[in-house]
Amino acid sequence: MRFQARVEVQLRAGIADPEGATIERALPALGFDGVDHVRAGRSFSFEVDAPDEGAARTKATELADRLLANPVIEESRLELEPLGG
Amino acid sequence: MAPRIGVVVFPGTNCEHDVVQATERLGGHGVLLWHGDRGISSVDAVVLPGGFAHGDYLRPGALARFSPIMDAVTEFARQGGPVVGICNGFQVLTEAGLLPGALQKNGHLRFLCQPTRLQVTSTASVLTGLAKVGDELVIPINHFSGSYTCDDETLRHLNESGRVVLRYLDNPNGSVDDIAGIVNEGGNVVGLMPHPERASHALLGSEDGVVLLRSLLDAAGSRLAA
Repeated sequence: MRFQARVEVQLRAGIADPEGATIERALPALGFDGVDHVRAGRSFSFEVDAPDEGAARTKATELADRLLANPVIEESRLELEPLGG
Repeated sequence: MAPRIGVVVFPGTNCEHDVVQATERLGGHGVLLWHGDRGISSVDAVVLPGGFAHGDYLRPGALARFSPIMDAVTEFARQGGPVVGICNGFQVLTEAGLLPGALQKNGHLRFLCQPTRLQVTSTASVLTGLAKVGDELVIPINHFSGSYTCDDETLRHLNESGRVVLRYLDNPNGSVDDIAGIVNEGGNVVGLMPHPERASHALLGSEDGVVLLRSLLDAAGSRLAA
């Protein structure tokens, strides 16, 4: 089976996020009030071949933890959905 | 015999010749090592120099840690061989798990290229063995992701075991506890953001990096003699 994976990587809570802070500081100048706790991150998408969803999840999680995120400062979140055909 | 200092070249590394030239002026023999090679035979120390290994894609050092030569560097370090990561090399060493913590984007998102004042805070490392605790050194930094960070437990452990080797006197990048350089438990793997090779000649404005490079040559030399 084939799965579409999306991995979102963000800095862990408590780790300073200068990018998010800079975006947040720019918001009032653009007229956006009442927006705070901005955190920057990045997202990755890829397709995985695996016998079932559990195996695909294991593979994608390992990939995210070993390469896409640095577990010392970042955490990742995985979304997986089966691809048709 | 002059100690042989292996200087690893990744695609995008750009400080390798500076390191080779600086070490050769001090009596060492610089040897360029290609990241795609699997061995590092016949060197007495390894330097991972500054630059942008693999374009710094993903995160600085994230892809370089998977370069074929890194297995040999890791094994060399495990056997006690002196390994020094400068700037991008420090980032590679943390990504590779040879040093704890991580380097993240500078506070205020500023790229910094300037001389910095440093204080030597430990001499129990292959890079500071000939310095004195309390020595003040002026050495340039040149980085965007140089803000050292680690969890509280790691920080406590680093401080208690004297593994912070250099601290900034005017913390330029937001590093936790003013940390500019650290060493592993064995004292043989050092990472630092400042560039000692860029402070190795009066013409460069500072010779304060010489004591660090001499320390490395000294450590490499004693390995040679052993």
